[in-house]
Amino acid sequence: MKFALQINEGPYQHQAADSAIQFTKAALAKGHEIFRVFFYHDGVNNATRLAIPPQDDRNITQEWVKLQKEHNLDLVVCIAAAQRRGLIDEDEMNRQGKDANNISEGFRISGLGQLIEAGIEADRLIVFGA
Amino acid sequence: MSLLHTVNKSPFESNTLDACLNLAKSGSTVLLIEDGVYAATSGNAVADKIKNTSGINFCVLGPDAQARGIEGKLAEGIKVVDYEGFVDLVAEHDAVQAWL
Repeated sequence: MKFALQINEGPYQHQAADSAIQFTKAALAKGHEIFRVFFYHDGVNNATRLAIPPQDDRNITQEWVKLQKEHNLDLVVCIAAAQRRGLIDEDEMNRQGKDANNISEGFRISGLGQLIEAGIEADRLIVFGA
Repeated sequence: MSLLHTVNKSPFESNTLDACLNLAKSGSTVLLIEDGVYAATSGNAVADKIKNTSGINFCVLGPDAQARGIEGKLAEGIKVVDYEGFVDLVAEHDAVQAWL
């Protein structure tokens, strides 16, 4: 079955990002397909490559990157939510005249249409939120 | 059409479980996750409400109950599932409604 996930909460904020990762791992282990993971609202903060959690703590962004590499996941960050929170990729850095970018490998920035498409294309849309 | 409802807030902090139970239809399932698992503890008013709600299946996410030290205090009639069980519940129902 095809699943799509929407994540509305940042890493280390409460538990939604962790729940979503555990759910994704379990779904993949059972042979389901993850059509897309859409990061919305504060969830866009999952995509920063500049976070440095303590070494004995989980690194949520790196866990997503690892899953993305192993299963070729489509990790999409909402552009409007990202720009409000200072999450930008190299293209946006250049376009907006900023001096840095911070999106991790494995994530891509796109629009809300990607969430709508995921809702249409996937068999189930599961929301993990604040 | 059967729905899987996920509730992730403690009923002692938020009214999302009440809102969910007011609208959930017979044949649907309520899965308590994250702080929502506190609703599954026995011996409080919420447990009675769950007990008196007929036609709805109640499940609790075991790892989240364990993380909060309440796995030994769960009310009767609430099924404990792991993340694989969560995935199965999503697949078995027609859609998922998250009460945030």
